[in-house]
Amino acid sequence: MALLTMVKALNLALAEAMRTDPNVLVLGQDVGRDEGVFRVTEGLLQEFGPNRCIDTPLAEAAIIGAGIGLGFTGFRPVCELQFDGFSFQAFHQIENHARRFRNRTRGRYTCPLVIRMPYGGGIRAIEHHSEAPEATYAHLAGLKVVIPSGPRNARALLRAAIYDPDPVIFFEPKAVYRSFREEVPDEPETLPIGKGAVARPGRDITLITYGAMLRVTLEAAEELKDVHGIDAEVLDLLSAAPLDGELINQSVRRTGRAVVVHEAPRHCGLGAEIVARIVEDSLLYLEAPVKRVTGFDTVIPYFQNELTYLPDAARIVRAALETVNF
Amino acid sequence: MPREPLPISTRLETLSVLTADGQLDTALEPAVPPADLRRLYKTMLAARRLDERCLMLQRQGRMGTYGPSKGQEAASLGVAYALERSDWLVPTFRELAGLLWRGWPMHTWMLYWGGHEAGNAVPPDLNDLPICVPIASQCQYGMGIAWGCKLRGDGRVCVTFCGDGGTSEGDFHEALNFAGVYNLPLVLVVQNNHWAISIPRSCQTRSATLAQKAVAYGIDGLQVDGNDLLAVIVATREAVEKARTGGGPTLIEAVTYRLSMHTTADDPKKYRSEAEVQEWEPRDPLPRFRAYLQKKKLLDAKIEPVIEEEITAELDAAVRQYEQQPVDPTEFLRHVFAAPTPELLAQQAELAAHLAARRPGRSPAHVS
Repeated sequence: MALLTMVKALNLALAEAMRTDPNVLVLGQDVGRDEGVFRVTEGLLQEFGPNRCIDTPLAEAAIIGAGIGLGFTGFRPVCELQFDGFSFQAFHQIENHARRFRNRTRGRYTCPLVIRMPYGGGIRAIEHHSEAPEATYAHLAGLKVVIPSGPRNARALLRAAIYDPDPVIFFEPKAVYRSFREEVPDEPETLPIGKGAVARPGRDITLITYGAMLRVTLEAAEELKDVHGIDAEVLDLLSAAPLDGELINQSVRRTGRAVVVHEAPRHCGLGAEIVARIVEDSLLYLEAPVKRVTGFDTVIPYFQNELTYLPDAARIVRAALETVNF
Repeated sequence: MPREPLPISTRLETLSVLTADGQLDTALEPAVPPADLRRLYKTMLAARRLDERCLMLQRQGRMGTYGPSKGQEAASLGVAYALERSDWLVPTFRELAGLLWRGWPMHTWMLYWGGHEAGNAVPPDLNDLPICVPIASQCQYGMGIAWGCKLRGDGRVCVTFCGDGGTSEGDFHEALNFAGVYNLPLVLVVQNNHWAISIPRSCQTRSATLAQKAVAYGIDGLQVDGNDLLAVIVATREAVEKARTGGGPTLIEAVTYRLSMHTTADDPKKYRSEAEVQEWEPRDPLPRFRAYLQKKKLLDAKIEPVIEEEITAELDAAVRQYEQQPVDPTEFLRHVFAAPTPELLAQQAELAAHLAARRPGRSPAHVS
């Protein structure tokens, strides 16, 4: 066991996969000599050389397009996009090609690539560096969308993503990159993509979240317990697509109450899908309407107002109380 | 420091072997065995006839919107001929003749335009990609394939096509840039057919040629008469050989002309003059190559009708096969991921139940 930050844990997953499988390549801007702007690719150039840890010219669409072509020749490319806000420069390669090839060729050509990118707000970054676009990608059939919440699950999910036969968008919450350390086992481990976890068991209400919002939601759950005597269950979805509807509905059927928390804007956010799943499958178990605590329907403001925009424990507690007292 | 010319090599050539009026540059004439010449002619003619048949089927409501390759047959056929079977070919949607040469069945082409995903069924022994519609986006994965070939050291080459309109897309430039940076075995063939639907070549770029775009990426560019099959073969052989031996990428501008509409959804009379089309008709690659073979005594009045008959029979069989293609109404739900999600399984069941309920003579399925 080692105590690692998420950055170190992701680095470990990459190095492990590259050691085991010569077909695993890492490519992106500044992933080599600079070791990634957040140092996730630290040491990879040195250990694996410039043909496996590849610094590319500055062109997001070409990084993804190259990854698709490399995949056709048997490689397992792990493409790094430097920030979530720049992923739209590659969007057409992801939408038109990466997600479609399996379907349109009925499995003859597939895209086993991972598209990693730093995700979300909370680090006082400049504009276009704090986006939460998971719903945009989760909407595209053929893509898997993964959002880890801590070092251990990040390492296990990245390993799963690398070995997944289909394209995976891998969002790495920037706010969690170095915010805490966690015990990570020495032996490689994987977590199944599309399965969430119970981060905190409880009986009275289900708080559903993922990514950097997990820590904020857990904080709210403690306050609900300590101040209001409410025992909240917290679900960590880990994947936005496929979505673990079973986990959500099993919990909500027990508690009868739910609040969804995410940092992305509310309109057509992942919360809308989560609420729809609850309504479709568990309506008659509900004691109160499901609430959403989310970012607002604007672009994320510059960082002077970033913390105003992002959900905090107080907003989650208030929503939970309104739900419990409905 | 004074102002001085930059030390940039800009050697750009244009290549023609067999002119529209039948003049042959014997010094440049490629060595092609007579049997191959005859097969190339048959393939070019088959592509033309298949185009005509597809247009007819579209007009009769038996096919969807169709994009003809008429007039551009030599540009893809010559390229395909210069490749090894194991090389990669990444087409857009006007490479019909080249795909037929590679061994794509006629009915597969029809299936694509007829709305069947089976039209993307790449023959199992080929490393070809299916048709790509989003303009020039295929340049990017073509570049990635070439990169894979280089990293594997398998001696293979990737040839990617796009059109003159495609050279305005970022993907075209990004792919060429990467190919240059990593010295990839990529041959990018631009079929300059002078029209991107209604936008003429002159409105796509102020560059005098498309071949010169290579200069900016530090790679070789070559313009070739794309209606001259022999010239296309010479140019591609050279580029492919160079790519295979580590010499890096080449941009080939094949100058051709779209003799027909962009697709059956537009009327070229609206945006281009008949006079311009008439100017290009004598440069049609098919009669030019035919006259060349007649001169070589490889075609005559006896063999030509036989070839036509063979093609007609193949076409008739292909149309039958195309029109008998079964449609499985739930198959499209089975290829989203390697393993289906619970949601997809539920949607398959939902659709199957719905279909069973609406079919006459069957009792409605009961969904629990």
